[in-house]
Amino acid sequence: MAEKRITVRATRFDPAKDKAPRLQSYDIPFADESMVVLDALNHIKAHVDGSLSYRWSCRMGICGSCGMMINGIPKLTCNAFLRDYWPRSITVEPLNNFPIVRDLVIDMEDFMHKLKSIKPWIIRKQEYPLGAGEHRQTMDQIDEFRQFSECINCMLCYAACPVYGLNNEFLGPAATALARRYDLDSRDQGIKERLPVLANSEGVWECSFVGECSVVCPKGVDPAKAIQQTKLDTTMRFVLPYGNREE
Amino acid sequence: MDFESYDVLVVGGGLAGIRAAIAAVDANPRLKVGMVSKVYPMRSHTVSAEGGAAAVLRPEDSYETHAFDTIKGSDYLADQDVVEAFVREAPVEIIQMEHWGCPWSRDEDGKISVRPFGGMTTWRTCFAADKSGFHMLHTVFQTSLQFSQIHRHDEAFATKLLIEDSRCVGVVAIDMRSGRLEAITAKTVIIATGGLGRIYAFTTNGNICTGDGMALAYRAGVGLKDMEMVQFHPTGLPFTGILITEAVRGEGGYLLNKDGERFLKRYVPNKMELGPRDIISRAMVTEFEEGRGFDGPHGKYMHLDVRHLGEAVIDRKLPFMRELGREFVGIDIVKDPIPVRPVQHYMMGGVDADISGATPIAGLYAAGECANVGLNGGNRLGSNSLSECLVFGAAAGRAAAEYASSAGPVSTNPVDALLADETNHIESSYLDKRGGDERIGTIREEMQHDMDAGAGVFRTRDGLEGLTRRLASLRDRFERIKIEDSSRTFNTELTAALELDFMLEMAETIAFSALAREESRGAHARRDFPERDDDKYLNHTVAHRTDGAAPRLEYRNVRITNFKPQARTY
Repeated sequence: MAEKRITVRATRFDPAKDKAPRLQSYDIPFADESMVVLDALNHIKAHVDGSLSYRWSCRMGICGSCGMMINGIPKLTCNAFLRDYWPRSITVEPLNNFPIVRDLVIDMEDFMHKLKSIKPWIIRKQEYPLGAGEHRQTMDQIDEFRQFSECINCMLCYAACPVYGLNNEFLGPAATALARRYDLDSRDQGIKERLPVLANSEGVWECSFVGECSVVCPKGVDPAKAIQQTKLDTTMRFVLPYGNREE
Repeated sequence: MDFESYDVLVVGGGLAGIRAAIAAVDANPRLKVGMVSKVYPMRSHTVSAEGGAAAVLRPEDSYETHAFDTIKGSDYLADQDVVEAFVREAPVEIIQMEHWGCPWSRDEDGKISVRPFGGMTTWRTCFAADKSGFHMLHTVFQTSLQFSQIHRHDEAFATKLLIEDSRCVGVVAIDMRSGRLEAITAKTVIIATGGLGRIYAFTTNGNICTGDGMALAYRAGVGLKDMEMVQFHPTGLPFTGILITEAVRGEGGYLLNKDGERFLKRYVPNKMELGPRDIISRAMVTEFEEGRGFDGPHGKYMHLDVRHLGEAVIDRKLPFMRELGREFVGIDIVKDPIPVRPVQHYMMGGVDADISGATPIAGLYAAGECANVGLNGGNRLGSNSLSECLVFGAAAGRAAAEYASSAGPVSTNPVDALLADETNHIESSYLDKRGGDERIGTIREEMQHDMDAGAGVFRTRDGLEGLTRRLASLRDRFERIKIEDSSRTFNTELTAALELDFMLEMAETIAFSALAREESRGAHARRDFPERDDDKYLNHTVAHRTDGAAPRLEYRNVRITNFKPQARTY
């Protein structure tokens, strides 16, 4: 029997040489049913074309490095199985809505600034001394923010977001979800400090509630919900008491 | 020439590195701290740690038992003073993480939960469901963003330590975006680059775990300690090597052979599934050899069965395992047993460093998996490594801050010359090299295969001697590699070549250290020397680089305080 093969087209772009990205086609063995798109890229790099550049590390869906567009849909390449595409070919492109650094590598500096801007750390009016031991926190209290803490910063949600595509000043899904993660943490008292970034015109109000961010999230985070909750917060916080965390 | 210059420069952005950076700022807020990482810090391999972090937090627990468990787990190769200091610091660090927002799983009363773990005699492993490393890494990384003193160089690949007058004064690094080599000077450097699992074919480690920091230190003249001690985790998914956490067994999962038998009763009858990793991995390989493993398309395997725990417990305590089973194996662990086999996981050996992370080179420190401070000896207990990253990351950060606070400035003249040398080396040996015919990927795969075969769970003299010869030949072939990528922008073929160069050298230190230790201790199991030999080998191997193929090995006594070596049975 002939060896099973699959065609993978990958974006090639070297800013020093190329005016625009182009697709390069590779025909590679589909040797094992367990192979994922990342395995295909690794096969190309190791045995066919060492110059193909892309990011990857854990290949278990937790480091967030290997997000790319696969046949037009943002996915982690480490858990996109070739068997789900074969015998069709696969087109792998860098994530939408980001500048391309090289080949399949996107420029995500914008997100790194946004992440810092929402102050993703515990803010206390008075620091709780180490010697006082742990804060008590129930599992119910953790459930308030748990899903938002599962974000792996893989950028799939930004690639899916039509608003970010039009205006990259928009704070966007993951950063808002992470702000929410801290706002909803019973140990945190920083909601007021995070509010200006969230409430400004490029904050949550830009979201047109398409909800694609939540659809593509590989970790079950619902950034669309975070954005809607934050919209509610920014309007209601002057009329509703916000627990006792502001004390 | 202009250089970025720091008081403290951390190489590596994982849990140990970030903890070190924050500790340095805490120790002296006036210090300027740099961090060089070849990936964005939240991509660091800490992210894949699952089970939890050990610390004595409960009244029924004691420092003494945590110390004893760790020392017995190490097969008496741990330095006992280091272990005793570690167990006292670990609880402080766990609470610190809690204050920084780590979403530790909690008991009914809101206190941090603990779970049982292998080789621990009591419940002392704190956890954030089964994504403990992920949550700890994101917590410290996000926390670190508030410190304006910490300046990051993300996606910068360190190629060389700058050494001047036997003092470490910084690194040379490739900025991946521009492709430029830069000298980043500092009064102190902390290496926190993690493990080297990618030397092996079957590993839980991510692509970035290539032993860079160990190699940098080794080439600068620091010894590498106990490199023969490589941990194989009992439960990796066949084919991918994805880690299935020991917490699966901590929560009550069974390991079953093809006869449906909990075979560990023959090996660790008193601990069963909660025996230490080295012994359970050997038990599994022994069962495979005696025909009691399952046969699969990707080799032999055992079943790890949690079906009796029920969906509620699995979803509360092991949700990521259910996700991994569903996404990567196509099974539901609530209904199906998980196929597992031993897999390279962790490096006990590493950069020779003392209790504060200081290496023999002034101004150079090491912390986390890349370091060997004497904590783990021949076998690390599960859940001690996340705590190790915190405790010894913080210790190294404080020690470096203290040194930097009084050390004189770094003079840039020699740095200029060192940078020019290294630039010339990278260009002539890699980027502008012509006429090579060896593929990096091929040499790497052969090395990985050879390491699996020759320096795996069981070793022999013949196997190790063969391994050293094959590695030498791979090193020769490495001289003839071809680099197809001539771009300066994000050239991952260049970094893959540099990583392979590091890995080949680290593989040799493992092979030669293992060949010389003619006994079985911890993870180092010699078929030709099956017994532990305390008369001859109650000491650390320290490998020093030489001009020849083989490192020079010296031995240093293990420091023993309160726990006399005894037979290690469970």
